[in-house]
Amino acid sequence: MDLAISRGSALAFDAPVSDAPHLGAPVTARGLAKSFGATRVLHGLDLHVPAGQFLAVVGRSGCGKSTLLRLIAGLEAADAGRIAFADEQAARKIARVMFQEPRLLPWARVLANVEVGLGADRAKPDARRRALEALEAVGLADRADEWPSVLSGGQKQRVALARALVSRPQLLALDEPLGALDALTRIEMQRLLEHVWLKERFTAILVTHDVGEAIALADRIVLIEQGAIALDVGVDLPRPRHRGDPKFGVLEEQILSHLLGSNA
Amino acid sequence: MSQTLAARPRALKAPAFNVPSLARGAYRATQGWLIPFGLIVLWQAASSAGLLSDSVLPSPFAVLAAGWRLTLTGELPRNVEVSFLRAMAGLVVGGGIGFALGLANGLSTLSDRLTDSTLQMIRNIPHLALIPLVILWFGIEEEAKLFLVALGVFFPIYANTLHGVRSVDPQLIEMAKSYGMPRADLFFRVILPGALPSIFVGLRYALGIMWLTLIVAETIAAQSGIGYMAMQAREFMLIDVVVLSILIYALLGKLADVVARALERACLSWNPNYRNV
Repeated sequence: MDLAISRGSALAFDAPVSDAPHLGAPVTARGLAKSFGATRVLHGLDLHVPAGQFLAVVGRSGCGKSTLLRLIAGLEAADAGRIAFADEQAARKIARVMFQEPRLLPWARVLANVEVGLGADRAKPDARRRALEALEAVGLADRADEWPSVLSGGQKQRVALARALVSRPQLLALDEPLGALDALTRIEMQRLLEHVWLKERFTAILVTHDVGEAIALADRIVLIEQGAIALDVGVDLPRPRHRGDPKFGVLEEQILSHLLGSNA
Repeated sequence: MSQTLAARPRALKAPAFNVPSLARGAYRATQGWLIPFGLIVLWQAASSAGLLSDSVLPSPFAVLAAGWRLTLTGELPRNVEVSFLRAMAGLVVGGGIGFALGLANGLSTLSDRLTDSTLQMIRNIPHLALIPLVILWFGIEEEAKLFLVALGVFFPIYANTLHGVRSVDPQLIEMAKSYGMPRADLFFRVILPGALPSIFVGLRYALGIMWLTLIVAETIAAQSGIGYMAMQAREFMLIDVVVLSILIYALLGKLADVVARALERACLSWNPNYRNV
Protein backbone atom coordinates (compact mmCIF):
# COMPACT_ATOMS: atom_id res chain seq x y z
CA MET A 1 0.00 0.00 0.00
CA ASP A 2 3.00 2.26 0.38
CA LEU A 3 2.37 3.59 -3.11
CA ALA A 4 4.10 6.95 -3.20
CA ILE A 5 7.20 5.76 -1.47
CA SER A 6 7.72 2.52 -3.34
CA ARG A 7 7.18 4.16 -6.73
CA GLY A 8 10.13 6.48 -6.24
CA SER A 9 12.47 3.70 -5.18
CA ALA A 10 15.60 5.79 -5.67
CA LEU A 11 14.78 8.55 -3.24
CA ALA A 12 17.27 11.36 -3.36
CA PHE A 13 16.59 12.30 0.22
CA ASP A 14 17.71 8.81 1.26
CA ALA A 15 21.02 9.43 -0.43
CA PRO A 16 23.60 11.59 1.35
CA VAL A 17 22.81 15.20 0.50
CA SER A 18 25.44 17.80 -0.10
CA ASP A 19 23.95 20.50 2.10
CA ALA A 20 24.10 19.94 5.83
CA PRO A 21 20.73 18.97 7.32
CA HIS A 22 19.02 21.98 8.79
CA LEU A 23 16.10 22.64 11.03
CA GLY A 24 13.16 24.67 9.91
CA ALA A 25 12.58 28.26 10.82
CA PRO A 26 10.30 29.26 13.70
CA VAL A 27 7.51 31.67 12.83
CA THR A 28 5.81 34.11 15.15
CA ALA A 29 2.76 36.16 14.27
CA ARG A 30 1.51 38.89 16.59
CA GLY A 31 -1.81 40.73 16.34
CA LEU A 32 -2.33 39.96 12.67
CA ALA A 33 -5.22 41.76 11.01
CA LYS A 34 -6.35 41.77 7.42
CA SER A 35 -9.50 43.06 5.75
CA PHE A 36 -10.73 42.88 2.19
CA GLY A 37 -12.97 45.87 1.72
CA ALA A 38 -15.48 45.83 4.54
CA THR A 39 -14.85 42.17 5.37
CA ARG A 40 -12.58 41.62 8.33
CA VAL A 41 -10.88 38.32 7.58
CA LEU A 42 -8.37 38.22 10.41
CA HIS A 43 -8.21 40.34 13.52
CA GLY A 44 -5.73 40.14 16.32
CA LEU A 45 -4.43 36.68 15.51
CA ASP A 46 -1.43 35.43 17.50
CA LEU A 47 0.43 32.30 16.53
CA HIS A 48 3.82 30.83 17.26
CA VAL A 49 5.11 27.88 15.25
CA PRO A 50 8.29 26.33 16.68
CA ALA A 51 11.09 25.32 14.32
CA GLY A 52 10.39 22.11 12.45
CA GLN A 53 6.79 21.76 13.57
CA PHE A 54 4.15 20.46 11.20
CA LEU A 55 1.17 22.70 11.81
CA ALA A 56 -2.23 22.20 10.21
CA VAL A 57 -4.67 25.07 9.96
CA VAL A 58 -8.31 24.03 9.60
CA GLY A 59 -11.55 25.96 9.46
CA ARG A 60 -14.68 26.53 7.44
CA SER A 61 -14.45 28.08 3.97
CA GLY A 62 -13.82 31.79 4.20
CA CYS A 63 -12.59 31.66 7.80
CA GLY A 64 -9.30 33.29 6.82
CA LYS A 65 -7.03 30.25 6.97
CA SER A 66 -5.68 30.81 3.45
CA THR A 67 -5.23 34.50 4.17
CA LEU A 68 -3.16 33.62 7.25
CA LEU A 69 -0.95 31.42 5.10
CA ARG A 70 -0.57 34.09 2.42
CA LEU A 71 0.46 36.63 5.04
CA ILE A 72 3.05 34.27 6.52
CA ALA A 73 4.41 33.42 3.08
CA GLY A 74 4.73 37.09 2.22
CA LEU A 75 2.26 36.92 -0.67
CA GLU A 76 0.20 39.66 0.92
CA ALA A 77 0.83 42.39 3.45
CA ALA A 78 -1.03 42.50 6.77
CA ASP A 79 -3.06 45.58 7.69
CA ALA A 80 -1.76 45.37 11.26
CA GLY A 81 0.49 43.16 13.34
CA ARG A 82 3.74 41.55 12.38
CA ILE A 83 5.26 38.26 11.35
CA ALA A 84 8.78 37.36 12.38
CA PHE A 85 11.10 34.52 11.47
CA ALA A 86 14.40 33.68 13.12
CA ASP A 87 17.15 36.19 12.39
CA GLU A 88 14.71 38.73 10.93
CA GLN A 89 14.83 36.99 7.57
CA ALA A 90 12.41 37.82 4.76
CA ALA A 91 9.73 35.29 3.89
CA ARG A 92 10.81 35.00 0.27
CA LYS A 93 14.31 33.98 1.33
CA ILE A 94 13.35 31.05 3.50
CA ALA A 95 9.77 30.12 2.62
CA ARG A 96 8.26 28.27 -0.31
CA VAL A 97 4.57 28.04 -1.10
CA MET A 98 2.73 25.11 -2.56
CA PHE A 99 -0.51 26.38 -4.02
CA GLN A 100 -3.86 24.72 -4.46
CA GLU A 101 -3.16 24.64 -8.20
CA PRO A 102 0.16 23.21 -9.41
CA ARG A 103 0.97 26.52 -11.17
CA LEU A 104 3.55 24.91 -13.44
CA LEU A 105 4.80 26.92 -16.40
CA PRO A 106 3.13 25.10 -19.29
CA TRP A 107 5.89 26.17 -21.73
CA ALA A 108 8.72 24.77 -19.62
CA ARG A 109 9.65 21.09 -19.37
CA VAL A 110 9.16 19.37 -16.02
CA LEU A 111 12.81 19.73 -15.05
CA ALA A 112 12.89 23.42 -15.94
CA ASN A 113 9.79 23.90 -13.83
CA VAL A 114 11.55 22.38 -10.85
CA GLU A 115 14.52 24.67 -11.48
CA VAL A 116 12.17 27.64 -11.04
CA GLY A 117 12.14 26.70 -7.35
CA LEU A 118 15.80 27.65 -7.09
CA GLY A 119 14.97 31.31 -7.69
CA ALA A 120 18.11 33.28 -8.44
CA ASP A 121 20.23 30.12 -7.91
CA ARG A 122 18.87 28.72 -11.17
CA ALA A 123 21.89 30.22 -12.94
CA LYS A 124 24.34 28.21 -10.83
CA PRO A 125 26.03 25.16 -12.40
CA ASP A 126 24.53 22.63 -9.97
CA ALA A 127 20.94 23.77 -10.62
CA ARG A 128 20.17 20.90 -12.97
CA ARG A 129 21.52 18.27 -10.59
CA ARG A 130 19.56 19.69 -7.68
CA ALA A 131 16.38 19.82 -9.72
CA LEU A 132 16.85 16.22 -10.81
CA GLU A 133 17.38 15.14 -7.19
CA ALA A 134 14.19 16.88 -6.15
CA LEU A 135 12.32 15.18 -9.00
CA GLU A 136 13.71 11.83 -7.93
CA ALA A 137 12.52 12.48 -4.41
CA VAL A 138 8.95 12.75 -5.67
CA GLY A 139 9.41 9.74 -7.96
CA LEU A 140 9.20 11.62 -11.27
CA ALA A 141 12.81 11.66 -12.46
CA ASP A 142 11.80 9.75 -15.58
CA ARG A 143 9.36 12.51 -16.60
CA ALA A 144 11.98 15.29 -16.51
CA ASP A 145 11.73 16.06 -20.23
CA GLU A 146 7.94 16.00 -20.52
CA TRP A 147 5.65 18.97 -20.93
CA PRO A 148 3.45 19.54 -17.87
CA SER A 149 0.32 19.17 -20.03
CA VAL A 150 0.85 15.41 -20.37
CA LEU A 151 1.01 14.80 -16.59
CA SER A 152 -1.93 13.81 -14.41
CA GLY A 153 -3.20 16.10 -11.68
CA GLY A 154 -1.35 14.20 -8.97
CA GLN A 155 1.87 14.15 -10.97
CA LYS A 156 1.62 17.90 -11.53
CA GLN A 157 1.30 18.45 -7.78
CA ARG A 158 4.30 16.22 -7.21
CA VAL A 159 6.32 18.37 -9.63
CA ALA A 160 5.07 21.41 -7.71
CA LEU A 161 6.25 19.74 -4.49
CA ALA A 162 9.68 19.08 -6.02
CA ARG A 163 9.82 22.72 -7.11
CA ALA A 164 8.94 23.86 -3.59
CA LEU A 165 11.56 21.60 -2.01
CA VAL A 166 14.47 22.02 -4.43
CA SER A 167 15.76 25.13 -2.65
CA ARG A 168 15.58 23.29 0.69
CA PRO A 169 13.29 25.88 2.30
CA GLN A 170 13.14 26.36 6.04
CA LEU A 171 9.41 26.91 5.85
CA LEU A 172 6.93 25.22 3.54
CA ALA A 173 3.52 26.84 3.28
CA LEU A 174 0.90 24.49 1.82
CA ASP A 175 -2.34 26.08 0.69
CA GLU A 176 -4.72 23.10 0.30
CA PRO A 177 -2.38 21.56 -2.27
CA LEU A 178 -4.20 18.24 -2.27
CA GLY A 179 -7.71 19.65 -2.42
CA ALA A 180 -8.25 18.94 -6.10
CA LEU A 181 -6.86 15.39 -6.13
CA ASP A 182 -8.82 12.15 -6.10
CA ALA A 183 -8.96 10.20 -2.83
CA LEU A 184 -6.26 7.66 -3.65
CA THR A 185 -3.79 10.15 -5.12
CA ARG A 186 -4.44 12.27 -2.08
CA ILE A 187 -3.37 9.53 0.31
CA GLU A 188 -0.25 8.92 -1.80
CA MET A 189 0.59 12.61 -1.68
CA GLN A 190 0.02 12.76 2.09
CA ARG A 191 2.51 9.96 2.57
CA LEU A 192 4.98 11.61 0.27
CA LEU A 193 4.60 14.89 2.15
CA GLU A 194 5.12 13.20 5.52
CA HIS A 195 8.12 11.35 4.14
CA VAL A 196 9.91 14.46 2.85
CA TRP A 197 9.05 16.41 5.97
CA LEU A 198 10.51 13.70 8.23
CA LYS A 199 13.63 13.75 6.07
CA GLU A 200 14.06 17.51 5.74
CA ARG A 201 12.52 18.77 8.97
CA PHE A 202 11.42 22.12 7.59
CA THR A 203 8.63 23.96 9.38
CA ALA A 204 5.40 23.09 7.59
CA ILE A 205 2.12 24.98 7.67
CA LEU A 206 -0.67 23.13 5.95
CA VAL A 207 -4.00 24.79 5.29
CA THR A 208 -6.69 22.21 4.71
CA HIS A 209 -10.42 21.74 5.07
CA ASP A 210 -9.93 18.01 5.56
CA VAL A 211 -9.67 17.27 9.29
CA GLY A 212 -8.51 13.69 8.60
CA GLU A 213 -5.66 14.99 6.49
CA ALA A 214 -4.68 17.41 9.26
CA ILE A 215 -4.60 14.62 11.86
CA ALA A 216 -2.70 12.27 9.56
CA LEU A 217 0.08 14.78 8.99
CA ALA A 218 0.30 17.45 11.67
CA ASP A 219 2.01 17.73 15.05
CA ARG A 220 -0.50 20.36 15.98
CA ILE A 221 -3.79 21.62 14.64
CA VAL A 222 -5.22 25.10 14.98
CA LEU A 223 -8.80 25.89 14.10
CA ILE A 224 -9.57 29.37 12.85
CA GLU A 225 -12.95 30.89 13.47
CA GLN A 226 -14.08 34.47 12.96
CA GLY A 227 -10.59 35.65 12.22
CA ALA A 228 -8.88 34.22 15.29
CA ILE A 229 -7.66 30.91 16.69
CA ALA A 230 -10.55 29.05 18.31
CA LEU A 231 -8.87 25.74 19.05
CA ASP A 232 -5.23 24.71 19.37
CA VAL A 233 -4.57 20.99 19.88
CA GLY A 234 -1.47 18.84 19.74
CA VAL A 235 -1.63 15.54 17.85
CA ASP A 236 0.21 13.02 19.95
CA LEU A 237 -0.03 9.94 17.74
CA PRO A 238 2.88 7.79 16.53
CA ARG A 239 3.78 8.03 12.83
CA PRO A 240 2.84 6.69 10.37
CA ARG A 241 -0.70 7.30 11.53
CA HIS A 242 -3.60 5.08 10.67
CA ARG A 243 -7.14 6.24 10.31
CA GLY A 244 -8.30 3.04 12.01
CA ASP A 245 -6.58 4.09 15.23
CA PRO A 246 -9.28 4.82 17.88
CA LYS A 247 -7.38 7.91 19.12
CA PHE A 248 -7.40 9.21 15.54
CA GLY A 249 -11.18 8.91 15.50
CA VAL A 250 -11.62 10.58 18.87
CA LEU A 251 -9.52 13.57 17.82
CA GLU A 252 -11.27 13.83 14.47
CA GLU A 253 -14.64 13.77 16.24
CA GLN A 254 -13.52 16.47 18.67
CA ILE A 255 -12.37 18.86 15.94
CA LEU A 256 -15.29 18.14 13.65
CA SER A 257 -17.85 18.72 16.39
CA HIS A 258 -16.16 22.03 17.13
CA LEU A 259 -16.33 22.96 13.46
CA LEU A 260 -19.95 21.89 13.10
CA GLY A 261 -20.93 23.32 16.46
CA SER A 262 -19.75 26.73 15.43
CA ASN A 263 -22.33 26.58 12.69
CA ALA A 264 -25.27 26.26 15.09
CA MET B 1 -10.56 10.34 -54.33
CA SER B 2 -8.55 7.21 -55.15
CA GLN B 3 -5.62 8.86 -53.37
CA THR B 4 -7.61 9.03 -50.16
CA LEU B 5 -8.58 5.40 -50.30
CA ALA B 6 -5.08 4.23 -51.10
CA ALA B 7 -3.37 6.22 -48.40
CA ARG B 8 -5.61 5.40 -45.48
CA PRO B 9 -5.03 1.67 -44.95
CA ARG B 10 -1.30 2.22 -45.21
CA ALA B 11 -1.40 4.81 -42.50
CA LEU B 12 -3.49 2.55 -40.29
CA LYS B 13 -1.29 -0.48 -40.72
CA ALA B 14 1.95 0.95 -39.43
CA PRO B 15 1.39 4.22 -37.64
CA ALA B 16 4.37 3.69 -35.36
CA PHE B 17 7.01 3.64 -38.07
CA ASN B 18 8.68 6.76 -39.29
CA VAL B 19 8.44 6.32 -43.04
CA PRO B 20 4.66 5.87 -43.23
CA SER B 21 4.14 8.73 -40.79
CA LEU B 22 6.37 10.91 -42.96
CA ALA B 23 4.39 9.87 -46.02
CA ARG B 24 1.19 10.64 -44.14
CA GLY B 25 2.58 14.04 -43.20
CA ALA B 26 3.49 14.78 -46.81
CA TYR B 27 0.06 13.59 -47.89
CA ARG B 28 -1.61 15.84 -45.33
CA ALA B 29 0.46 18.78 -46.53
CA THR B 30 -0.67 18.18 -50.11
CA GLN B 31 -4.32 18.00 -49.08
CA GLY B 32 -4.44 21.77 -48.83
CA TRP B 33 -3.32 22.07 -52.43
CA LEU B 34 -6.04 19.82 -53.86
CA ILE B 35 -8.56 22.64 -54.26
CA PRO B 36 -6.22 25.26 -55.81
CA PHE B 37 -4.82 22.61 -58.15
CA GLY B 38 -8.31 21.41 -59.06
CA LEU B 39 -9.40 24.97 -59.84
CA ILE B 40 -6.41 25.44 -62.14
CA VAL B 41 -7.23 22.20 -63.95
CA LEU B 42 -10.85 23.36 -64.39
CA TRP B 43 -9.65 26.75 -65.55
CA GLN B 44 -7.32 25.20 -68.13
CA ALA B 45 -10.06 22.89 -69.32
CA ALA B 46 -12.46 25.83 -69.72
CA SER B 47 -9.84 27.79 -71.67
CA SER B 48 -9.00 24.84 -73.92
CA ALA B 49 -12.67 24.24 -74.60
CA GLY B 50 -13.02 27.86 -75.65
CA LEU B 51 -15.42 28.72 -72.81
CA LEU B 52 -13.05 31.43 -71.51
CA SER B 53 -11.85 34.08 -73.91
CA ASP B 54 -8.14 34.96 -73.68
CA SER B 55 -9.09 38.64 -73.44
CA VAL B 56 -11.14 37.92 -70.28
CA LEU B 57 -8.98 35.31 -68.55
CA PRO B 58 -5.95 33.80 -70.28
CA SER B 59 -5.33 30.11 -69.71
CA PRO B 60 -2.99 28.92 -66.92
CA PHE B 61 -0.46 27.94 -69.57
CA ALA B 62 -0.53 31.44 -71.01
CA VAL B 63 0.03 32.88 -67.51
CA LEU B 64 2.84 30.42 -66.93
CA ALA B 65 4.37 31.40 -70.26
CA ALA B 66 4.16 35.07 -69.31
CA GLY B 67 5.89 34.23 -66.04
CA TRP B 68 8.66 32.42 -67.89
CA ARG B 69 9.05 35.29 -70.35
CA LEU B 70 9.36 37.86 -67.55
CA THR B 71 11.73 35.62 -65.63
CA LEU B 72 14.03 35.49 -68.62
CA THR B 73 14.05 39.27 -68.99
CA GLY B 74 14.71 39.53 -65.25
CA GLU B 75 11.67 41.76 -64.77
CA LEU B 76 9.73 39.29 -62.62
CA PRO B 77 12.50 38.32 -60.16
CA ARG B 78 13.44 41.97 -59.74
CA ASN B 79 9.88 43.08 -59.02
CA VAL B 80 9.22 40.17 -56.66
CA GLU B 81 12.40 40.98 -54.81
CA VAL B 82 11.50 44.67 -54.53
CA SER B 83 8.00 43.89 -53.24
CA PHE B 84 9.27 41.25 -50.83
CA LEU B 85 11.89 43.57 -49.36
CA ARG B 86 9.34 46.36 -48.99
CA ALA B 87 6.94 44.05 -47.22
CA MET B 88 9.61 42.76 -44.86
CA ALA B 89 10.98 46.23 -44.12
CA GLY B 90 7.49 47.49 -43.30
CA LEU B 91 6.79 44.44 -41.15
CA VAL B 92 10.04 44.78 -39.22
CA VAL B 93 9.64 48.51 -38.62
CA GLY B 94 5.88 48.59 -37.89
CA GLY B 95 5.80 45.22 -36.17
CA GLY B 96 8.87 46.09 -34.10
CA ILE B 97 7.35 49.35 -32.87
CA GLY B 98 3.99 47.67 -32.24
CA PHE B 99 5.63 44.83 -30.32
CA ALA B 100 7.71 47.22 -28.21
CA LEU B 101 4.77 49.49 -27.41
CA GLY B 102 2.51 46.51 -26.72
CA LEU B 103 5.03 45.15 -24.21
CA ALA B 104 5.58 48.58 -22.66
CA ASN B 105 1.88 49.26 -22.24
CA GLY B 106 1.21 45.76 -20.98
CA LEU B 107 3.93 45.99 -18.35
CA SER B 108 3.67 49.63 -17.31
CA THR B 109 0.44 51.39 -16.46
CA LEU B 110 2.20 54.73 -16.82
CA SER B 111 3.17 53.99 -20.39
CA ASP B 112 -0.33 52.71 -21.05
CA ARG B 113 -1.99 55.87 -19.69
CA LEU B 114 0.37 58.06 -21.70
CA THR B 115 0.07 56.41 -25.08
CA ASP B 116 -2.97 54.17 -25.36
CA SER B 117 -5.62 56.84 -26.12
CA THR B 118 -3.41 58.35 -28.81
CA LEU B 119 -2.88 54.95 -30.37
CA GLN B 120 -6.58 54.11 -30.27
CA MET B 121 -7.39 57.38 -32.07
CA ILE B 122 -4.83 56.73 -34.79
CA ARG B 123 -6.08 53.19 -35.11
CA ASN B 124 -9.51 54.35 -36.13
CA ILE B 125 -8.14 56.14 -39.20
CA PRO B 126 -8.04 53.65 -42.10
CA HIS B 127 -4.37 53.75 -42.94
CA LEU B 128 -5.04 53.60 -46.67
CA ALA B 129 -6.91 56.91 -46.34
CA LEU B 130 -3.52 58.46 -45.76
CA ILE B 131 -2.34 57.64 -49.28
CA PRO B 132 -2.95 61.15 -50.69
CA LEU B 133 -1.09 62.66 -47.77
CA VAL B 134 1.69 60.11 -48.03
CA ILE B 135 2.14 60.89 -51.73
CA LEU B 136 2.36 64.58 -50.93
CA TRP B 137 4.93 63.91 -48.23
CA PHE B 138 7.08 61.24 -49.81
CA GLY B 139 6.08 61.23 -53.48
CA ILE B 140 6.45 57.73 -54.86
CA GLU B 141 9.71 57.02 -53.08
CA GLU B 142 10.35 53.97 -50.89
CA GLU B 143 9.43 55.87 -47.72
CA ALA B 144 5.82 56.04 -48.86
CA LYS B 145 5.46 52.26 -49.06
CA LEU B 146 7.44 51.67 -45.89
CA PHE B 147 5.30 54.16 -43.99
CA LEU B 148 2.01 52.66 -45.13
CA VAL B 149 2.99 49.03 -44.56
CA ALA B 150 4.52 49.83 -41.18
CA LEU B 151 1.40 51.70 -40.12
CA GLY B 152 -0.81 48.86 -41.33
CA VAL B 153 1.03 46.07 -39.49
CA PHE B 154 1.59 48.14 -36.36
CA PHE B 155 -1.90 47.86 -34.90
CA PRO B 156 -2.59 44.13 -35.04
CA ILE B 157 0.79 43.44 -33.47
CA TYR B 158 0.42 46.20 -30.90
CA ALA B 159 -3.09 45.20 -29.85
CA ASN B 160 -2.37 41.48 -29.66
CA THR B 161 0.94 41.89 -27.83
CA LEU B 162 -0.79 44.13 -25.29
CA HIS B 163 -3.62 41.66 -24.90
CA GLY B 164 -1.17 38.77 -24.60
CA VAL B 165 0.87 40.42 -21.87
CA ARG B 166 -2.25 41.38 -19.93
CA SER B 167 -3.76 37.92 -20.12
CA VAL B 168 -0.76 36.05 -18.71
CA ASP B 169 -2.05 33.96 -15.79
CA PRO B 170 -1.61 36.14 -12.66
CA GLN B 171 -1.24 32.94 -10.59
CA LEU B 172 1.94 32.08 -12.50
CA ILE B 173 3.31 35.58 -11.96
CA GLU B 174 2.55 35.36 -8.23
CA MET B 175 4.25 31.97 -8.07
CA ALA B 176 7.33 33.24 -9.92
CA LYS B 177 7.64 36.29 -7.68
CA SER B 178 7.20 34.31 -4.48
CA TYR B 179 9.84 31.85 -5.69
CA GLY B 180 12.31 34.73 -6.01
CA MET B 181 12.54 34.63 -9.80
CA PRO B 182 14.80 37.45 -11.07
CA ARG B 183 13.04 40.19 -13.06
CA ALA B 184 14.63 39.29 -16.39
CA ASP B 185 13.61 35.66 -15.89
CA LEU B 186 10.11 36.74 -14.97
CA PHE B 187 9.85 38.48 -18.31
CA PHE B 188 11.56 35.91 -20.53
CA ARG B 189 10.28 32.76 -18.82
CA VAL B 190 6.79 33.73 -17.70
CA ILE B 191 5.39 36.87 -19.35
CA LEU B 192 6.76 36.55 -22.87
CA PRO B 193 5.95 32.85 -23.35
CA GLY B 194 2.52 33.46 -21.89
CA ALA B 195 1.88 36.29 -24.33
CA LEU B 196 3.29 34.46 -27.34
CA PRO B 197 0.12 32.69 -28.58
CA SER B 198 -1.63 36.04 -28.75
CA ILE B 199 1.38 37.71 -30.39
CA PHE B 200 1.29 35.08 -33.13
CA VAL B 201 -2.37 35.82 -33.78
CA GLY B 202 -1.33 39.45 -34.25
CA LEU B 203 1.53 38.46 -36.55
CA ARG B 204 -0.67 36.41 -38.85
CA TYR B 205 -3.24 39.14 -39.00
CA ALA B 206 -0.46 41.66 -39.72
CA LEU B 207 0.85 39.55 -42.60
CA GLY B 208 -2.50 39.81 -44.35
CA ILE B 209 -2.60 43.57 -43.90
CA MET B 210 1.00 43.80 -45.02
CA TRP B 211 0.31 42.37 -48.50
CA LEU B 212 -2.95 44.27 -48.87
CA THR B 213 -1.28 47.58 -48.08
CA LEU B 214 1.63 46.88 -50.34
CA ILE B 215 -0.57 45.97 -53.30
CA VAL B 216 -2.57 49.17 -52.96
CA ALA B 217 0.51 51.32 -52.44
CA GLU B 218 2.37 49.78 -55.38
CA THR B 219 -0.63 50.10 -57.62
CA ILE B 220 -1.05 53.79 -56.87
CA ALA B 221 2.41 55.11 -56.21
CA ALA B 222 5.38 53.06 -57.33
CA GLN B 223 7.94 52.58 -60.07
CA SER B 224 8.72 48.95 -59.32
CA GLY B 225 7.24 45.97 -57.56
CA ILE B 226 4.54 43.49 -58.45
CA GLY B 227 1.74 46.03 -58.12
CA TYR B 228 3.55 48.36 -60.47
CA MET B 229 4.13 45.47 -62.89
CA ALA B 230 0.41 44.73 -62.89
CA MET B 231 -0.50 48.37 -63.54
CA GLN B 232 2.00 48.62 -66.41
CA ALA B 233 0.61 45.45 -67.90
CA ARG B 234 -2.90 46.88 -67.72
CA GLU B 235 -1.79 49.91 -69.74
CA PHE B 236 -0.52 47.60 -72.49
CA MET B 237 -3.46 45.21 -72.18
CA LEU B 238 -1.16 42.35 -71.12
CA ILE B 239 -3.85 40.51 -69.21
CA ASP B 240 -1.66 37.41 -68.72
CA VAL B 241 0.81 39.54 -66.71
CA VAL B 242 -2.01 41.03 -64.65
CA VAL B 243 -3.25 37.55 -63.74
CA LEU B 244 0.32 36.44 -63.06
CA SER B 245 0.76 39.32 -60.60
CA ILE B 246 -2.39 38.36 -58.74
CA LEU B 247 -1.30 34.73 -58.51
CA ILE B 248 2.11 35.79 -57.21
CA TYR B 249 0.45 37.78 -54.46
CA ALA B 250 -1.53 34.70 -53.52
CA LEU B 251 1.65 32.61 -53.40
CA LEU B 252 3.57 35.20 -51.37
CA GLY B 253 0.67 35.41 -48.91
CA LYS B 254 0.63 31.64 -48.56
CA LEU B 255 4.40 31.60 -48.08
CA ALA B 256 4.17 34.18 -45.28
CA ASP B 257 1.47 32.11 -43.63
CA VAL B 258 3.55 28.92 -43.88
CA VAL B 259 6.49 30.67 -42.22
CA ALA B 260 4.26 32.05 -39.47
CA ARG B 261 2.78 28.60 -38.85
CA ALA B 262 6.19 26.98 -38.68
CA LEU B 263 7.29 29.61 -36.17
CA GLU B 264 4.14 29.02 -34.17
CA ARG B 265 4.71 25.29 -34.10
CA ALA B 266 8.32 25.72 -33.04
CA CYS B 267 7.58 28.26 -30.32
CA LEU B 268 4.32 26.84 -29.01
CA SER B 269 5.10 23.13 -29.05
CA TRP B 270 4.29 23.05 -25.31
CA ASN B 271 0.69 23.87 -26.08
CA PRO B 272 -1.43 20.84 -27.00
CA ASN B 273 -3.59 23.11 -29.18
CA TYR B 274 -0.69 23.78 -31.54
CA ARG B 275 0.96 20.39 -31.60
CA ASN B 276 -0.89 19.03 -34.63
CA VAL B 277 -1.71 22.20 -36.51
